[in-house]
Amino acid sequence: MADDVKGGRSVEQFLKDASLFLAPDPEIMENHGLEPRTELEEACLAKENDPHRLGLVRERLQAGVNESFEMLENMGAAPGAKWGDCVSAMYTASGDLSIASSGGVVIFCNLVQYPIKFCNKYWAKERTVGIREGDAFIVNDSRYGQAHSTDQSLFMPVFHEGKIVAWAGATVHEGENGAIEPGGMPGTAEQIWDEGLRMSPFKVVENYELRRDLVTFLQNSVREPKLQYADMKVKLYVCRRVEQRIKEAIAEYGVEAVVACLRNNLEATDQEVRRRLREWPDGTARHCWFTDNTLRESVQIKINLELTKKDDELTFDFRGSSPEFTNRAINSLDITNKGMLAQLFLTFIWPDLPRNQGVLSPVNFIFDPASVLKPSPLTPSSQTMMTLFTAWSCGQVCAMKLLYSVPEKYTRVVAPWFNMINTFMFGGITQHGEMVGNVCADINGMGGGALADADGQHSLAPIFATMADLAEQEFMEEEMPFVQIVSKKLMRDNQGFGRQRGGMGYQMILAMVDSPMWGFMLTAIGAKFPNVPGLFGGYGCPTYPLARIQGVDVFEKFRTDPGSFRFSIEEMMNERPYPEATYSTHPMSLPFHASKSGELYMISQGSGGGFGDPLERDPADVARDLDEDLISHDVAWRVYRVVYDRETLIVDLAATEKARDEARQERLAGSRPYKDFCASWSKDKPSGKVPYFGCWTDKTRVHAGSPDVTYPASQVNPPVMMAHPMQVRIDALEAELAALRKAGGQS
Amino acid sequence: MKVFVTAALAIDLDSEKWECTRCKGVLGPARANYKEGLVVRERDPAEVHAPILDPDRYEFTFAPDPEWCRLVEYFCPHCGRQVEVEYLPPGHPPTHDIELDIDALKAQWANREPLSEPVLGPDFVAPQCHHHH
Repeated sequence: MADDVKGGRSVEQFLKDASLFLAPDPEIMENHGLEPRTELEEACLAKENDPHRLGLVRERLQAGVNESFEMLENMGAAPGAKWGDCVSAMYTASGDLSIASSGGVVIFCNLVQYPIKFCNKYWAKERTVGIREGDAFIVNDSRYGQAHSTDQSLFMPVFHEGKIVAWAGATVHEGENGAIEPGGMPGTAEQIWDEGLRMSPFKVVENYELRRDLVTFLQNSVREPKLQYADMKVKLYVCRRVEQRIKEAIAEYGVEAVVACLRNNLEATDQEVRRRLREWPDGTARHCWFTDNTLRESVQIKINLELTKKDDELTFDFRGSSPEFTNRAINSLDITNKGMLAQLFLTFIWPDLPRNQGVLSPVNFIFDPASVLKPSPLTPSSQTMMTLFTAWSCGQVCAMKLLYSVPEKYTRVVAPWFNMINTFMFGGITQHGEMVGNVCADINGMGGGALADADGQHSLAPIFATMADLAEQEFMEEEMPFVQIVSKKLMRDNQGFGRQRGGMGYQMILAMVDSPMWGFMLTAIGAKFPNVPGLFGGYGCPTYPLARIQGVDVFEKFRTDPGSFRFSIEEMMNERPYPEATYSTHPMSLPFHASKSGELYMISQGSGGGFGDPLERDPADVARDLDEDLISHDVAWRVYRVVYDRETLIVDLAATEKARDEARQERLAGSRPYKDFCASWSKDKPSGKVPYFGCWTDKTRVHAGSPDVTYPASQVNPPVMMAHPMQVRIDALEAELAALRKAGGQS
Repeated sequence: MKVFVTAALAIDLDSEKWECTRCKGVLGPARANYKEGLVVRERDPAEVHAPILDPDRYEFTFAPDPEWCRLVEYFCPHCGRQVEVEYLPPGHPPTHDIELDIDALKAQWANREPLSEPVLGPDFVAPQCHHHH
């Protein structure tokens, strides 16, 4: 093509120069695999291939990354940084993630490969930008490679003798980003421009210094200008520490050893994953799950997964999942789904593997375009977790069903972890006069799934960061104008029942105090349809509502009638200690809502799934759960069929065994053979009582709300666009008014 | 030779049959859907996940909504063990969740030692608790 044009300028160059918009590049974004070896990597691997020496270099670099992660956690100003919702990492010169910090969120750094590759492709030779030693770039636009736009990454090239030999990167869940609601994860975003800052990868650091003109612009774009500046500085110094440690390793071992090490990590991990996959049975596991809310309205959204293992490769086929919601925030980008599934393998299946992107090299993904799991470029995704985490749990269930029979495992098979962000977000003016918008650390309190031989652990960690922290509530209260009156108290009967039970979630009762303007919001689903199942005969979690008590100032009650308060959601809502107040329950999707001092907001974190038949649970474990007030007498009998003395909790083993045998007989008497059951149970379409989105049985055809109309998957036309909930309410009230007027004889 | 596919199900590679791991009862051909060899019961999810809040007073009670979700429980027809539970919208056909390549499985296990019980894997290590403040 270069020779086609006179004067030396090629058509290709002309088109490049005339490009009006450098959108996310599909060539980069569609490829989650490893970049080909560069010439430098080839030369370095030819010279440095002693695995022991490369191991030494790797340990040295890993220590440097871990040190930088400690800096990030300890210096980061964002609440998320303080609880481990952050990560630092080293990348190859081509941009592949080679060494992630041992703590932190793998998905974050997995996704930074994309903006690095964008910079390599577009900015390196762009005369107005360029990539020089001492530069660093920033990104938060998820379409260029972030989990969602509340996260911000800073990344820096590492030079040796004038050439890029690696990249350093740091990512923090910053929270506030100037979106339509405070806290960075708006549930009411209807367009991508409602989601706040959209930072495509751009240079924000030159000569190792932040550009204050750009920093000032970014500070003006968010509700927490000090936080924006503080954490940009923190990430810059974290990247500098990574750079320093790489340069020291080069000085000690030589550049060839460092470059070879970074490349070898990826290839060795890829090879090891393939070796392990060959030990899995060939076959297919299928799982579908249903979410129940867009954060604006209740609808049933199907996530459909078929996971096939063949030889040394895995294929996640998500076709048939719901079409995208073009004006709702719950869609999840395909890169985000891939990054989360990397986390599944690196933390829940092969936690011994080095944390790099080689783990996904033998893994294939299939999504329907224009679906909730691969939305179009202009479709919002700030609340990606609402579909991403369900897709991840489908992956977890399917992987466990293929993994259980494998003789050589690297950790236990686990029932589904609780997967939803049952936590409060907040925004407003603090007692110190600061404007803030962020999220509570209770997001990290998800209950662990049960194991084959052990109960799940309570409110242990989120699925996206297995080494995160729940943080001290008192720390939050020092800075924010609200009190969590009941905090980290496990909720009775909130359990994934099973032979081994899931870890349980704790309840939270909080109220605002001492602020001129403050509000809360919630962005979680699962009030009608549970979020996770159990495994191998265990049950899943229950459903989770928001409970509210309005028309009362609880702090005033503490002064006048302190004995009236109850220390659980169950007692507060069922006993109603304040007769003058209004008590109500809602889905756990509350748009930002200005709160009044002393009004109560109450939610619970969720339980992980149970493992195995609950009738096989050791009666002593049931008695222990009773003793610890984790379950009621009702559950001990109705679910676990244990007979015991209610005063002493001493189990009558013979009576229990007899009761359980009777329960098994009741099961058989109440059941039908599978084919008979299917003949009466299975329908050829959804009931129509609930708006349904996604395939029913044929994954090539999807519903888009109606039970009677289907579309070819990825070709829903017109695209799904939901009415504004307030308009829906106005229409209903107007219809009611018209009916009343008609009945009353008015026109 | 037995392959422990789930906590409740094994495949006997010699007979090519699914078996219950509790009572050893034969459930059906390994090349078919194991669910075809089980008996099934549908339930209102509130029978398991009972309301924690008073259902007469509140719409959302911690119990799933039966118009949105039903439980489909699968039992061994010989001993009544609960093998699997599905959470499905009313009328949604069950999922054929495990479909293994039996020929490949036999070839894979031809080189392995027989197992008398499933391998659980190394012990689960709880993530370290970080406290910074």
